[in-house]
Amino acid sequence: MQTEIIIAGFGGQGALFAGQVLAYAAMDSGHQVTWIPSYGPEMRGGTANCTVIIADEEIGSPLVLNPKAAIVLNLPSLDKYEPLVVPGGVLVVNTSLVNRTAQRTDIENVFIPVNEIAEELGNRRLLNMVALGALLAKLPVLSLDEVEKGLVDHLPERHKRLLEVNKLALHRGAEYALQAVT
Amino acid sequence: MSKELLKGNIAMAEAAVRAGVEAYFGYPITPQTELLEWMSERLPALGRTFLQAESEVAAINMLYGAACTGARVMISSSSPGISLMMEGLSYIAGTEVPVVLIDVMRGGPGLGNIAPSQGDYNQIVHGGGHGDYHPIVLAPSSVQEAIDLTVLAFDLAEKYRSIVFVVADGNIGQMMEPAELPPMRPVRTEYPDWAVRGSMGQARHFLSSIYIEPKDEEVANYRMMQVWKRVQENEIRYQEYYLDDAEITVVGFGTAGRIALSAVRNARLQGVKAGLFRPISLNPFPIDELEKISQHTKKLLVVEMNTGQMLNDVQRAVKGKIPIDFYARLGGIVPFPDEILAEILRINQEEIPLEGDPRQRWMKRFAPVINWKN
Amino acid sequence: MVTTATPVQVVYKRPTSLSDIPTHYCPGCTHGIAHRLIAEVMDEMNIRDKTIGVAPVGCSVFAYNYFTCDFVEAAHGRAPAMATGIKRVLPDRVVFTYQGDGDMASIGMSEIIHAAGRGENLTVIFINNAIYGMTGGQMAPTTLPGQKTTSSPNGRDVETMGFPMKMAELLSQLDGAGYVVRRSLHDPKNIRMAKKAIRLAFETQVHGLGFSMVELLSTCNTNWGISVLESIQWLEDHMIPAYPIGDYKVSPAVANLKV
Ligand SMILES: Cc1ncc(C[n+]2csc(CCOP(=O)(O)OP(=O)(O)O)c2C)c(N)n1
Ligand code: SF4
Ligand SMILES: [Mg+2]
Repeated sequence: MQTEIIIAGFGGQGALFAGQVLAYAAMDSGHQVTWIPSYGPEMRGGTANCTVIIADEEIGSPLVLNPKAAIVLNLPSLDKYEPLVVPGGVLVVNTSLVNRTAQRTDIENVFIPVNEIAEELGNRRLLNMVALGALLAKLPVLSLDEVEKGLVDHLPERHKRLLEVNKLALHRGAEYALQAVT
Repeated sequence: MSKELLKGNIAMAEAAVRAGVEAYFGYPITPQTELLEWMSERLPALGRTFLQAESEVAAINMLYGAACTGARVMISSSSPGISLMMEGLSYIAGTEVPVVLIDVMRGGPGLGNIAPSQGDYNQIVHGGGHGDYHPIVLAPSSVQEAIDLTVLAFDLAEKYRSIVFVVADGNIGQMMEPAELPPMRPVRTEYPDWAVRGSMGQARHFLSSIYIEPKDEEVANYRMMQVWKRVQENEIRYQEYYLDDAEITVVGFGTAGRIALSAVRNARLQGVKAGLFRPISLNPFPIDELEKISQHTKKLLVVEMNTGQMLNDVQRAVKGKIPIDFYARLGGIVPFPDEILAEILRINQEEIPLEGDPRQRWMKRFAPVINWKN
Repeated sequence: MVTTATPVQVVYKRPTSLSDIPTHYCPGCTHGIAHRLIAEVMDEMNIRDKTIGVAPVGCSVFAYNYFTCDFVEAAHGRAPAMATGIKRVLPDRVVFTYQGDGDMASIGMSEIIHAAGRGENLTVIFINNAIYGMTGGQMAPTTLPGQKTTSSPNGRDVETMGFPMKMAELLSQLDGAGYVVRRSLHDPKNIRMAKKAIRLAFETQVHGLGFSMVELLSTCNTNWGISVLESIQWLEDHMIPAYPIGDYKVSPAVANLKV
């Protein structure tokens, strides 16, 4: 059994870091895990995405065509990944930057304005954790507690003061996803 | 030691540090640069040598010089940079000094791109520099294996006074996986007796690749072949998956190999008896092992991220006994497991001819994938 | 509604030598300014359709997309050799290379020195931004002492990493050099001076007066890790003292050129 998650957005939205938090948490909880970014020349304003695979046996390909879930933080990412999520999978859509609804009806869609929620929490950059919380509410591959622990143990030292609010962001995202009519 | 989540490039760099590398030379190039950057921080802090050279041509010759002192030395680069090192490599081979190289391969030829590829197989495994020489070539498919093979590379380089390559690709360099680093080995304090370190009151040494008398060069070449024979006898490495009852065996190295593993598992779920043979030492190549496999399995599928550079070696091993098909993605495109699965399922249904060129058949099947119009 | 016709005057126009597409350069990067100056000079001299550019490996690797003249793409550092090949076969064309500091002053040092030494009738536009932009900010041969980069994390230590390469000074020593100058792209006055120099460099070539190079002090706000405005200030404060603007070689024949 393995679970594949793609997190995609503009550079600077924290897609890669959200994936790493997931990967750390998976590792600490005793799972096999891979994290792989799309990489390109060091240029501003590009897209950034990563694929995280969590499994209980040796992971073959670190990349998949059809992930179990995707978090899309902008419109180009929605256009790209919406058709690829496997039937029955989960798609978290950042409605702060996406102005259309999803077309798939055979997957679970979570529409969540992560930018606004992050701003309410006082820091725009928390949007990735809000989105991650929303995903985990619908795809319990890891518990929120496990991911929190991943944050505690692996948030870079210079960001440690943001720990509590990061945790809060995860929970706020999860709550929103559970309340939202999807 | 516990596992850490490590990026391939950094894992290889730190593995080399812990294996006791004394000097590192390099030049920035994507997708390998994090390795150089890690060394720029770590080695000076440990009082060891780090130098960013003005070019790969200079870097390989710095490596050559440092290797002549008997120090543990290493260089890393990516495909275009490795091309520039071919002259130096040939000199190093001719001088028989141990060096470790890491190539994080990218799409080519030429400037190509920075995406993962396996296009350097021929240039590394089958030479590239002039003259007769045989580097040991190791191909990891995971971050843990990249660490382990980097450490092994230093030991093999010294054991055989040989060039040892670790060939990864952009995927392995950029990927993060849980992995365990080895303990820190002390930097060595004794040096081999061939090392050039100033005679210091002892007999003098010199190291060179020149044998101006052809008869001497002939002997030197023969001696190197003797060493290579020992390497072939002792240093074959590979990994097998589900081969006990496999009717279709996929052969792939590095990233292509691990992607094939996903496809093989899915094929099994669909009732197809598929297996995987993943060469780890690309040189020496596991010829005999593949030949043995060809006695049990019915069909082979070779998967690469190049136009079939390893395929030739597989064909050499199998000697036409069973049919082989080939599948590849090129130029920096990484295949998805689904593509390889589709090939396994097709091969399971279809009769594959024993004769003919697997590459030509693949080209025909592949044309629509890239919308090729004649 | 009544409209009165006001005479229209064109005060700004894209040079025809410059492609009408957005570039991939970071916002605030001076590569774009350098491109525009070259294109304006090509337009003014009316040489676009006999000019062949040679692109480097660096952030300007896609320069060939941004000019409307013919272009080729060299291996990292080899542009002057490739340009030599073209110029020797087509001596009546205008051939220029466009190179970064890593490309020209590091891996391509041999090619540039020998192109200048041979007095090759080429023009070289040299973008000195004191860093390897494309690969994400490693130390360049022109990185200043003490400057932090991703491969000199504690700052460039001249004891172990050497001293900055002063390319205009270096090349000016060679007899084959006809015109070698340094300019800067940090403010309008200097940009105008840079354009004049580029014009004179191309004139040097067209008149067969030997090798010409214009070094342009440039910014890389992205990899310097500062804002665009700060990067301009940093150039002025740190680069100009280390790399003085000036004419390092103007052969008598070039000095007599009337533009
Ligand atoms: C043989 C070879 N080595 C290394 C590289 C990687 N590489 C690409 S661009 C570059 C440096 C570019 O820096 P610079 O010339 O200063 O240009 P900038 O990006 O700063 O404009 C390097 C090292 C390469 N493409 N080929
Ligand atoms: S990385 Fe630097 S040199 Fe390259 S485009 Fe961006 S600002 Fe310009
Ligand atoms: Mg530069």
